[in-house]
Amino acid sequence: MAKNTKKAEEPVRKNGLFEYAPAPESPAAAGDIATSYGHFIGGEFVDSSGSEALKTVNPATEQVLAEFAQGTEEDVDRAVAAARKAFTDWSALPGSERAKYLFRIARIIQERSRELAVLESIDNGKPIRETRDVDLPLVAAHFFYYAGWADKLDFAGYGANPRPLGVAGQVIPWNFPLLMLAWKIAPALATGNTVVLKPAETTPLTALRFAEICRQAGLPKGVVNIVTGDGRTGAALTSHPDVNKVAFTGSTPVGRAIAKQLAGTRKKLSLELGGKAANIVFDDAPIDQAVEGIVNGIFFNQGHVCCAGSRLLVQESVQDEVLDALKRRMDTLRVGDPLDKNTDIGAINSAAQLSRITELTAAGEAEGAERWSPACDLPGTGFWFKPTLFTGVSQAHRIAREEIFGPVLSVLTFRTPAEAVEKANNTPYGLSAGVWTEKGSRILWMANQLKAGVVWANTFNKFDPTSPFGGYKESGYGREGGRHGLEAYLDV
Amino acid sequence: MSETSTRLDVLKTYKLYVGGKFPRSESGRVYEVTDSKGQWLANAPLGTRKDTRDAVLAARAAVKGWSGTTAYNRGQVLYRVAEMLQGRREQFAAEVAVSENIGAKKAAALVDAAIDRWVWYAGWTDKVAQIAGNGNPVAGPFFNLSVPEPTGVVGIVAPQAGYGHSFLGLVSVIAPAIATGNTVVVAAAADAPLPALSLGEVLATSDLPGGVVNIISGRTADIAPTLASHQDVNAVDLTGAIATDGPGAAAELEASAADTLKRVVRPEVDPFAQDWTVAPGTDRLLSFLETKTVWHPIGI
Repeated sequence: MAKNTKKAEEPVRKNGLFEYAPAPESPAAAGDIATSYGHFIGGEFVDSSGSEALKTVNPATEQVLAEFAQGTEEDVDRAVAAARKAFTDWSALPGSERAKYLFRIARIIQERSRELAVLESIDNGKPIRETRDVDLPLVAAHFFYYAGWADKLDFAGYGANPRPLGVAGQVIPWNFPLLMLAWKIAPALATGNTVVLKPAETTPLTALRFAEICRQAGLPKGVVNIVTGDGRTGAALTSHPDVNKVAFTGSTPVGRAIAKQLAGTRKKLSLELGGKAANIVFDDAPIDQAVEGIVNGIFFNQGHVCCAGSRLLVQESVQDEVLDALKRRMDTLRVGDPLDKNTDIGAINSAAQLSRITELTAAGEAEGAERWSPACDLPGTGFWFKPTLFTGVSQAHRIAREEIFGPVLSVLTFRTPAEAVEKANNTPYGLSAGVWTEKGSRILWMANQLKAGVVWANTFNKFDPTSPFGGYKESGYGREGGRHGLEAYLDV
Repeated sequence: MSETSTRLDVLKTYKLYVGGKFPRSESGRVYEVTDSKGQWLANAPLGTRKDTRDAVLAARAAVKGWSGTTAYNRGQVLYRVAEMLQGRREQFAAEVAVSENIGAKKAAALVDAAIDRWVWYAGWTDKVAQIAGNGNPVAGPFFNLSVPEPTGVVGIVAPQAGYGHSFLGLVSVIAPAIATGNTVVVAAAADAPLPALSLGEVLATSDLPGGVVNIISGRTADIAPTLASHQDVNAVDLTGAIATDGPGAAAELEASAADTLKRVVRPEVDPFAQDWTVAPGTDRLLSFLETKTVWHPIGI
């Protein structure tokens, strides 16, 4: 009798990991997505004056989600005019009343947060775990925080009776579509400005859904206007003569171009630009926590983060230990369906971004750095990139100098704290930095030396509406968040 | 016959102030400084682009020491400048009077105001961090603190026109920038550089480390664009740049500063309209600061 060799059923393993059962969020929770969208101007959804339409796709499936308008100069004109008209009444409204509108918006965002989280995940490609647990709570918190400032501006430290600037033209990126909207719109409205906001051309859907929330909140018409389109629409907005304030978050080259464009005008400008943050691990750091911080620093949001810890500076004496632990941890990252609640790393936002990451990582190999990725299967359709680690990186390598904006970590080493500072500051950027050590005095010394707007010590990628965020050097100017974030929207 | 009538005055050769020293311009040239009637007063060094770049090097080298000193110490140094100026009040009043073609009484009042302005900023050095920084009550177990830090090297186009520009205006743009730990390179008022060049002599005897303030006289059309485009200048104060078109105009300088994303303080629309006698607020102190936010988890 043949012996039955079949053992008792074993758990399914893949790449040495237990396979999780799928835990998909329902795409239907995103609510109805229209087949085509116009702009939101003067409190109404309106058609574009032009005929050009763009498509936004789900980067995980490459399916077209909706068409939306490529905003023309005429569209921008109309939106700025609507904002200008609304400014008179909105800025004259008592701060306590403006506050109530913002509190209403915060509450509606909380009520509709599942819908918004799913919609954000579908349009952007980021994992639902992050939109649900990070983006949406922070979006609501920002409106809640700035709501409270609206009637307390005299106490913000910018003198008595600070005045709003007028119409704010705001251009935001695709990596945190709703969060960046909140960072821009909440302080602008709290200080009595009206806004025209242009979301990124790959992620317009949640901004358009936010327009509905403004309507539900009964926000006066024209206080918030949304005009969609690509860089041409953005340029029309930032150069519009009747815009008093320009706020931009995005790449350093575009920020530089805007700063040039605005030279000689009286428009106030704030810029949140690129970064190439050093995440510095000393030999006395708690290795397991540091590894979690490294992973969070570079693989959060697929590395589509301006303050991502994309350069790991590890002290030579613990290099092997840290890298072994890091690789073990990277083996457990789950890449795939953004709507699956177990997914750690979702889709790259667009084909264009994927090709840029591919190009830069190829340059890393060509320049002699050693590439490593965990074994993992990527879906057949959609835009994906394996979490990637480069060792043997020198400071001159492109992957150590240029912002990659993807899940790619470059590892460099150092021997002394002074060398760590030298290498960390050896970049035109100055947005953020991380320090991992158990020694308090060293943390404070490092924090003093690092030329970066945000220093995370024994943590990374933490955000809060009360905490100012922004860069030194070519990472831009101005701060968002906290009391400091008000200054960008006040005549002080 | 009186003895004094035969005595010839010993005239001063005015020099640049760079890195704590008094070099002549590398141009080897000077230009004539005259009063409002065209009467010759002195020759001023014709500072060049190269002089400006040298001054930026000196300013950069001084950043670490000056920003690293305690705010208490910086305050004492600024106060020391006021002390030194007080002793040379009459000299400055005479230079301001001829520079701006005003009476001795008005000129003396402007110098007094300038001395008082050093005292005002001396008192700010150890307070600005307390009004510009704060702890942030984040929603989580973190210690979270925002502190202001100096931007670094600031290029300044000193006021070129308007009542009090040659000295009170000059002091009003230099003192706030260095009070917060920055170092500066200043393009002096081109037509009235004598008070600025004499200020260098005062600064050199005021415990101010060399390189913290560097003063260049000459054509602003040479000096200002060099500052605005310099890769190692972190911020520019265009107060004295003319707002309209023309070489060295504010818009052009601002566009040039955008290449390296420098922080820019724009000039008033009408530079003649700026009243330097009005008490300054904190604007200029805060203009050359970066806010750094530090997070650390709380736990045991």
